[in-house]
Amino acid sequence: MRDQNFGRRDFLKGAVAGSVAAANLPQSAQAQQAPAAPATPGYSFLNLDEAAFVEALVDHMVPADELSPKGTELGINIYIDRALAGGWGKGERLYMQGPWKLGVPSQGYQLPLTPAQLYRAGIEATNTHCRKAYGKPFDRLDEQQREEVLAGLSTGKVSFDSGLPVRVFWTTVYQTVMEGMFSDPIYGGNRNKAGWRLIGFPGAIAVHRENVEKFRDKKFPADPISIADMS
Amino acid sequence: MTTKMKEVDAVIVGLGWTGGILAKELAEAGLKVVALERGTMRSTDKDYAVPIVRDELRFVVRHDLMQNTARDTLTIRNNPSQEALPMRRLGSFLPGEVVGGSGVHWSGHTWRWTDMEFRVRTLYEERYGKNFIPTDMTIQDWGITYAELEPYYDKFEYTAAVSGKAGNIRGQIQPGGNPFEAPREREYPLPALTPILASEMFTAAANNNGYHPFPRPAANASRAYTNPDGSKFGGCQYCGYCQRFGCEANAKGSPHITVIPIAMRNPNFELRTHAWVTKVLKDSDGKRVTGVTYTNVLNGEEFEQPAGMVLLCAYAINNVHLMLLSGIGQPYDPVAQTGVIGKSYCYQTGAGATLFFEGRHFNPFMNAGGSNTTIDDFNINWDFDRGPHGFVGGYNIGAGFNTALPIGYRPVPSGTPQWGKAWKAATAKWYQTAMNINASGSVMANRYNYYDLDPTYRNAFGQPLMRMTFDYKANEHKMGQHAAQVINDIAKSMNPTRLNQATARTQPWTVVPYQSTHNTGGTIMGTNPRDSALNKYLQSWDCHNLFAVGANVFAHNASYNPTGPVGALAYWTADAIKNRYVKNPGPLVPA
Ligand SMILES: Cc1cc2nc3c(=O)[nH]c(=O)nc-3n(C[C@H](O)[C@H](O)[C@H](O)COP(=O)(O)OP(=O)(O)OC[C@H]3O[C@@H](n4cnc5c(N)ncnc54)[C@H](O)[C@@H]3O)c2cc1C
Repeated sequence: MRDQNFGRRDFLKGAVAGSVAAANLPQSAQAQQAPAAPATPGYSFLNLDEAAFVEALVDHMVPADELSPKGTELGINIYIDRALAGGWGKGERLYMQGPWKLGVPSQGYQLPLTPAQLYRAGIEATNTHCRKAYGKPFDRLDEQQREEVLAGLSTGKVSFDSGLPVRVFWTTVYQTVMEGMFSDPIYGGNRNKAGWRLIGFPGAIAVHRENVEKFRDKKFPADPISIADMS
Repeated sequence: MTTKMKEVDAVIVGLGWTGGILAKELAEAGLKVVALERGTMRSTDKDYAVPIVRDELRFVVRHDLMQNTARDTLTIRNNPSQEALPMRRLGSFLPGEVVGGSGVHWSGHTWRWTDMEFRVRTLYEERYGKNFIPTDMTIQDWGITYAELEPYYDKFEYTAAVSGKAGNIRGQIQPGGNPFEAPREREYPLPALTPILASEMFTAAANNNGYHPFPRPAANASRAYTNPDGSKFGGCQYCGYCQRFGCEANAKGSPHITVIPIAMRNPNFELRTHAWVTKVLKDSDGKRVTGVTYTNVLNGEEFEQPAGMVLLCAYAINNVHLMLLSGIGQPYDPVAQTGVIGKSYCYQTGAGATLFFEGRHFNPFMNAGGSNTTIDDFNINWDFDRGPHGFVGGYNIGAGFNTALPIGYRPVPSGTPQWGKAWKAATAKWYQTAMNINASGSVMANRYNYYDLDPTYRNAFGQPLMRMTFDYKANEHKMGQHAAQVINDIAKSMNPTRLNQATARTQPWTVVPYQSTHNTGGTIMGTNPRDSALNKYLQSWDCHNLFAVGANVFAHNASYNPTGPVGALAYWTADAIKNRYVKNPGPLVPA
């Protein structure tokens, strides 16, 4: 879905308010309660179902508390969308010649899928699993159920009927969530450097030559600096 | 159609550390030299400048300066009975692909390998008897001695701005240095880097346990420096973005700020970038090489570059690949144990613990690439008796930080949830309060660890990928167990709040995650053409005007990082070519 003049959430708010359009919406979208919605994201790769999945996922993995805002407020969903839409998602630098065999884990990634295709297939497979187990897609599950699903994905207790290897999907999901939380904000995540603030990482700061002695065993007063701050 | 270029005296394939050294030395000796480099030109002011260089996602995660596996990669497997599959993206090791090669984005740890490696078979047989060495362990002497290499180590260290503390100057043990090192003629060019908390705590613990800690030598200039060639370095800023990044302070010993610009100013030298060498050409009787073919990757055009001499400097892995693709020398066969090209591929092993200290502030974002204190008590210390432990080789143990950036480095005690509030709280709590103690261990050559050409998969030029067959053997497992024990004992003596203990690596080698770009062997040097591909001057036994320079010549892998001897051997080879070979072209060692 391309960026549009009105945001998806604005559209949904209208829809939930009683428009007949609601009948045509995917179930996942209907469930959105339009909470304190962050700025309109505008997705360039994720479709409605996928966006709902990713938003639910990152908010579950990175819940809001006194340490940081939640995943969507950090922009992790936006990071993921941009990464999938961009060169990495399209399989740039990935050796994509067959024949294709799964091999053994020590041989690394062996799927005939770009990261974007993998994500797409993995979301669909996870939602299929959720519908079977709970009667709803992932984004409509309650917290306890989401926790069960992620535990199942991360330990390989869940398997996908489609044949997609769960381990590979989960590894990719996990890595991209971490990237969205801790990479430089120019990539759309780590909004307001909140990921860096969480751990006290000072960001792109240039010189520590003096600090290395001055702050030995002392807390470094890190107000993190990003690439944009220095540009 | 292939365009034939004008013949030159020497063509250099790849312009990283080894290619840069040879380019400078041979052009200065008056030879007409062309270097062909597949990567692009990048410079400190434009490409490695703050803030754009401070981007973990781009440089660490997405491998901006590294080989593009869509174009060329390896196939891999753990043993000959497995089917090898392509390494579809980089992981365990990261060959570079820009002018300067991996020398741009290495960390700079610079070691002198000693006769403990070069005379490995002789030493172990003398002390422990022939039966101590397992029959499938194909270690052999390298045909060179430390004494021969000493001046060349010195030359490389002074060129690359190595900061350190000597432990042994002409036989005199020096306080604060590595007492086990082989004698050096003089001090390092620069004093050791300022220690960080983790290395200071490790120093104290190592001393308390009776070991001999010393600052790790590193090509990170501890202060501004001008090397003997006049190349200028800034002082290291401890910026925490070293490994996998170009250095914006010009403080890291790198070929693109030292030997390469000097070569480029010499009218005898020409660099062609985007030039991917596909093959070394042999003359009709196969006794000499005549040049190389390469493709301009900007438009696909093919060229032949005739040359009086071919110098393979394309990194350890690619040098072997080019030899196999070009049919130079006899490919190694692990069953018949014949042939030499592809033989004795080695990697490294290791073990590591994470220690958590509530209330401490390690500031893991403030460090040089070489901020590390190390002990060699179980490495090049020949007094350490391997007999009771039953392994050949050794390992060093170190503690410090090198590029601990937050996408990749967020230590938490084992058992911590992977997401959710508890994960967040633990990540926040422990990030600044953790340090690591790591061992890096040698890997001995084994009959079944080798390279050959893959029967199935091809690269972007339609050529077979190289196939890597590798796994750790019982020898490495035993060493890993010993290392894990020593690490855990040291760690416990430091009374951490929490400890993730070290465990020996006993699982098969895997292509993910990153381990090290310390791939060795494949065209090893040695004393005779039956056992080795190259003589002690890195000259092919088969074609005397072909030299293959890099860690591909190592007959096994030590615990140390490779570039100290890689750089020294490049200077050593340059001298042999300048002083002997050009005057009297032919084998420098009788076969
Ligand atoms: C992240 C990282 C950290 C490291 N840290 C350390 C360290 O701390 N200490 C240490 O000792 N070592 C370290 N190393 C290893 C070190 O970088 C190498 O040992 C060293 O650069 C090897 O020099 P070289 O000349 O053999 O290869 P390189 O410096 O890699 O140069 C090879 C060049 O050849 C080019 N090339 C390859 N194939 C072709 C072809 N077919 N045609 C044309 N050109 C080609 C490549 O593009 C490259 O530019 C590290 C490596 C990496 C990746």
